[in-house]
Amino acid sequence: MKIKDSIEGCFQLMGGDFTNAGAASSELKSTLARLGVSQDAVRRAAIAAFEAEMNVIIHAVAGTMHYVITTEEVKITLTDMGPGIEDIELAMQEGYSTAPDWVREMGWGAGMGLPNIKKNADKFKIDSVVGEGATLEITICIKKG
Amino acid sequence: MLKVSDIAEKVGLDIGVKGELNKDITGCYISDLLSDVMANSKDGELWITLQTHPNIVAVAVIKGLSGIIITNGRFPEPDTVKKAESENITIFTTHKTTFEIAGLLYNMLK
Repeated sequence: MKIKDSIEGCFQLMGGDFTNAGAASSELKSTLARLGVSQDAVRRAAIAAFEAEMNVIIHAVAGTMHYVITTEEVKITLTDMGPGIEDIELAMQEGYSTAPDWVREMGWGAGMGLPNIKKNADKFKIDSVVGEGATLEITICIKKG
Repeated sequence: MLKVSDIAEKVGLDIGVKGELNKDITGCYISDLLSDVMANSKDGELWITLQTHPNIVAVAVIKGLSGIIITNGRFPEPDTVKKAESENITIFTTHKTTFEIAGLLYNMLK
């Protein structure tokens, strides 16, 4: 793997910008692949990052995706200015969603995003203040493979 | 293994966007729910859908899908075409229904 100490970067995300949705996550995916991170870790990081990116685009006004890649892990932190999550336990339940109808018509908002992040991440933490926003911390271990 | 370049003729699909045609097709996934495709599709699968907006390309890139087939005579939106061209994702279109395409592909991929 071509990582000495750590590599970091940050993307700005705009709420409602569906046209560019996924740009940050696919760039992170390419970066990880270029660094020689194992395919499994690249895949899991890309899926988790994209689900989190979509959440910002669907629910928030704006946000950032910050990543740190070391030889051991990829840590992806998403911070947004948005409505926040009232009941995190409920939000983690598959099928629960607060997305509006027009977002559901696009095929999003099925209440599968957060559970999918949990499934793909090795560590996953959500912090939120209602009316202010949410912070998601996603860690993918890349030691193995 | 079946390649993306093989199926247009065999299944009778029109090419909407010519992306990476040399990819192996490992299987097929059918859903109009993007969240479902994010959760359950697998690397290298072809995706059959009715959705036409640009996010289908992002999903295909993130999940490493081999291509997208849009059925029922629908066409990708202009932004979807632009995105697919820049990401090298193949999009097929067809007037056939999802059921018909799935049936044809099932016999080729099973």
